[in-house]
Formats: sequence, C-alpha cells, structure tokens
Amino acid sequence: MTESLAITKFSDLANPTRFLALAARILPWLSALTTLLFAVGLYLAFSTEGDYQQGDTVRIMYVHVPAAWLSMMCYSVMALSAIGTLVWRHPLADVSHKAAAPLGAAFTLIALVTGSLWGKPMWGTWWVWDARLTSVFVLFLMYLGIIALNRAMDDPSRAARVSAVLILVGFVNIPIIKFSVDWWNTLHQPASVIRLGGPTIDGEFLRPLLVMAVAFTLLFFTLHIMAIRNEIWRRRVSTQRRMAARLAGREG
Amino acid sequence: MGHAFYVYTSYGISGFVTLALVLWTVIDGRARRRELAELEASGLRRRSAAPMAETPRS
Repeated sequence: MTESLAITKFSDLANPTRFLALAARILPWLSALTTLLFAVGLYLAFSTEGDYQQGDTVRIMYVHVPAAWLSMMCYSVMALSAIGTLVWRHPLADVSHKAAAPLGAAFTLIALVTGSLWGKPMWGTWWVWDARLTSVFVLFLMYLGIIALNRAMDDPSRAARVSAVLILVGFVNIPIIKFSVDWWNTLHQPASVIRLGGPTIDGEFLRPLLVMAVAFTLLFFTLHIMAIRNEIWRRRVSTQRRMAARLAGREG
Repeated sequence: MGHAFYVYTSYGISGFVTLALVLWTVIDGRARRRELAELEASGLRRRSAAPMAETPRS
C-alpha cells in the first residue's frame, strides 16, 4: 500500500505540469535555506583556526571539497536520469540530465581551479598528471562533450537518448575518480572524510566543511530544479511556435 | 606570494562561477516566462492548459 502510494507520488512528480507547481512551491524555501547555510558556512570558514602545517590555505578546502563532491554527485544524478530516459522513455528524465550538465561542468571547474590554487603553495606545483587530477579533468571534458552533444541535435528526444548512452558509458569514470587515490600512487591525498574508519579530520575543520558541503548540495538542487523548469518552458515555447507556424501555413 | 593570495583567489573564482551560474539560470527562466506570456497574449494556449483539477485522470 505504502509502496503503491510512493509510486503514485513519483509518477505525479514526473508529470511536467505537476513538477512546475511543486517547483514554484519549494524553490523560495530552498533558495532561502541555501543562502542561510552559505552565510553560516562562510562565517565558519573564515572564523575557525588555520591548520598548524597548512596555515590559512586549509580554508581552500571548504570550497574545493564540496565542489569536488558535487562534480561526482551531479554526474550520478545524470546517470540515474539517463536510466529514466532509456528504460522508461520519460521526457522529464531527458530534461533532468540535460539541465544538470552545465551545473556539473561549473562545479568541476571550481574543483579543478581551487585544487590548482591549493596545490601551488602546498605541493609546489599548479598541476600534476596524477590519477585523481587526470580523472577529474576527464570528467570535466565529458561534461563539455555532453553539453555540446545536446546542443548539436535539433530533436530533443533523440539528443536525450544519445547523450543518455554517453552518460552511462562515462559513469565508469566516477568509481575511478573516487578510488584513484587508493588504487594508484597519487600526489593527491586519500579520502579523509568519507572512509570506513570514520573521518581523520579534526572537528575544527570538519564543521565548516560539512556546512559548506550541505550548502553546495542545496545550491545544486535549487539550480537543478530551476534549470529543469526553464527547459520545460523552452520546450513548450518551441512546441507552441511550431503549432502557430502550422496554423499560419494552413490559413495562408 | 602569501597564502592569502591563494585563499582569496580560490573564493573569488568560486564566487564568480557560482554567481554566474545563478544569474544565467534566473535570466534564462525570465526570458522563457516572457516568451510564454507573449505567446499566450497572442492567443496561443497549450492544448492541455486546463487547470490540473479538471484534467481527467486514468
């Protein structure tokens, strides 16, 4: 009973008109909560102590790590949507992975640039072609490829199917990124927050990091919902223009 | 260069990219809403533009 209720709720949400109504209701709350968490996170990021070895550069972690987490989470959301496209042929799933790609590219860019700016003072170099950095760079290129592919095709449902296949093939890169620091000898440090033995990072740094991570995650969901809504509107505009052109052709 | 340069440049670039992303999404939404309003003003409506409560459900 509960399961069928959950399925009904999910299929209701998958109706674009209902999605738009729900988005209008939750977006103001989500935006307000995101802003509040960023304010708290940034305050903590600059009011907590610096590291005894890294000094103030440890503060770069509070934007670098959440952006890097999101670069992978966004791709995972796109992979789930791609399954929705290929298995259920649902148009909202098409819209979801198309809308997420530019967001993922932006967060990956932030992770790469802040990582480079952290690497210079701590490692003595802006960039090395180690397994972690290279696999994240490949992820960035994949986001750009998916954006280009979506824009190259006029038929949105065909573009969605082709990019869904590309997204699922590219998903192999996500575990490679996550475990690259364990599988290969990298300059990049291994995981220190999400690991089997618990975080190895001190509470002083963990608090701002977690607040910023939640803030970034909420920012992603806020922007993703907005971008899905924009894409639904874009498709409605083009459908109505096509209808108007057909009507005009018939009358002329 | 001191550490402050790397810290503030990181936050500056992250802030710029985030703000650009937010503005792009908001501006795109406004433009689409305007286009839909213009189409509606010219008499074009979606076939399924009836209120949800009146939409027959299977």
